[in-house]
Amino acid sequence: MSLEVVSNLLPPIIMGFLLGGLYSVIGFGLSLVFGVMRMVNLAHGSFVIFGSYFAWVLLTIVGLDPLLSLVIILPISFGIGFGLQRSLLNRLYRLGVEPPLLTTYGIAIILASAYLLIFTPYSRGLVTSYSIRSAGFGALTFPLIFILDFIAALITMIFLYILLNKTYVGLAIRCATQDPQAAKLVGMNINHIYALTFGLAITFASLGGVFLGLTYPFIPASSFTYLIIAFGVVVVGGLGSMLGTFIGGIVLGLAQTLGYHFFGIGYQLFITYLVILVMLVIRPQGILGVKR
Amino acid sequence: MSERPLLKLDQVSVYYGDLCAVRDITLEVRKGEIVSLIGANGAGKSTILNTIMGLTHPKTGSIEFDGRRIERLETHDIIPLGLALVPEGRRIFPELSVLENLLAGSYTRRARQNKQQTLKRVFELFPILEERKNQLASTLSGGEQQMLAIGRALMTDPKMILFDEISLGLSPIITLKIYETIKKIRSEGVTVLLVEQNVRQSLAVADRAYVLKAGRIVLSGGTKDLRDEEEVRKAYFGA
Repeated sequence: MSLEVVSNLLPPIIMGFLLGGLYSVIGFGLSLVFGVMRMVNLAHGSFVIFGSYFAWVLLTIVGLDPLLSLVIILPISFGIGFGLQRSLLNRLYRLGVEPPLLTTYGIAIILASAYLLIFTPYSRGLVTSYSIRSAGFGALTFPLIFILDFIAALITMIFLYILLNKTYVGLAIRCATQDPQAAKLVGMNINHIYALTFGLAITFASLGGVFLGLTYPFIPASSFTYLIIAFGVVVVGGLGSMLGTFIGGIVLGLAQTLGYHFFGIGYQLFITYLVILVMLVIRPQGILGVKR
Repeated sequence: MSERPLLKLDQVSVYYGDLCAVRDITLEVRKGEIVSLIGANGAGKSTILNTIMGLTHPKTGSIEFDGRRIERLETHDIIPLGLALVPEGRRIFPELSVLENLLAGSYTRRARQNKQQTLKRVFELFPILEERKNQLASTLSGGEQQMLAIGRALMTDPKMILFDEISLGLSPIITLKIYETIKKIRSEGVTVLLVEQNVRQSLAVADRAYVLKAGRIVLSGGTKDLRDEEEVRKAYFGA
């Protein structure tokens, strides 16, 4: 391989790796909800885009910087997730797999239609001074925003690790995952823990949405793109492993940026989906998942 | 013995759908007692314990613990009152360490205050748990897992512990050791309600016993009177 090919390949690899961190944040929200409640949240991608549009509104109307707007967006997202689980989803998970599936799909459709009505199908983007800046060393340059994406992902992962492993809330989440009945028997309020978990998942989703909105343009249908990516992260990485989710995110990030590099923008998501598909065929439990 | 019972069930009936699991259960446990509830498989023993703990709710009847009505409370509101259950099959958290399992027991605000003291007490009772505190709970032997389940229940700082089929799947030696521990726990002021198929063993440690058959209490009394009694054998094995 000539030096030129390598140096051309380096930026997409770095970008894919950095972007992958963000994908793992989205994936973790989905996998957390499934791991704790055995519930598939088909509206997960809609909440990713919720973060993007929320930041867009604050940026275009109030002029608030997307990074600063996180202070508003994250608590509200948590509240929405918490309230949704407490008022609606907690009534459903006991009834089996299908009722929450249908309900969250309904939420996804409602949100997608709402985005369409309010924001039109035209693509939007969060354009700031730093979202169009380049970073790099010498000849090696790529958009600066990818570094911010990765920092955000890293902070989220560290926060999550500490929450799950060093606090009573995290202990309760892990107990509820392993044996809800036993968790009740030590005095844990399962419905409350489920609501906290869903609140966290939605917070991660919209956090991902704000940074993805800074990185790529978005449309109402991006909800479903990011839902598939979140699924893909879990499929590739394996369920129930934080490290696996992280690796899954990186793999999909790389698939996208390398797909773009080799085949052009029209194929970047196609390549990503292809990787998910291949993974489902050859190793359905994921890279670090345990065969069940 | 004239003081008010710590736990009192009055005419409790529990249904699963249309099916009546237990009917008109009336029983009481006084402070400091070990009371045994015996009966064959399917007689409704676990149902009674689950109902006391708020995991299911009775259709009729009342349950009183420490002077409070609890039959409509949820489990997470009952635990802080000082009731704990060591469930059948132990139900430890397999992918948590031994220490984390115990800390999970101290989840309620009340239990958290005395966490260190209680932990010390549990480790004195079961030194093996301290030795293995950083191990995953799933790597423990059956007997050790049972100790962990008891330790976790103790961590909730209970006034009373309910034990469900504690000797199930354990060797006779381990079972004996577990029963010694139960006596020790009682001597430290914790009231005990035992549910067992192992009649001989549980009658040996209990002060009083209730015999359950097909969802009803058919016999009760002091274990001295009940032991070796033809009636028990008939009620327990009865045709």
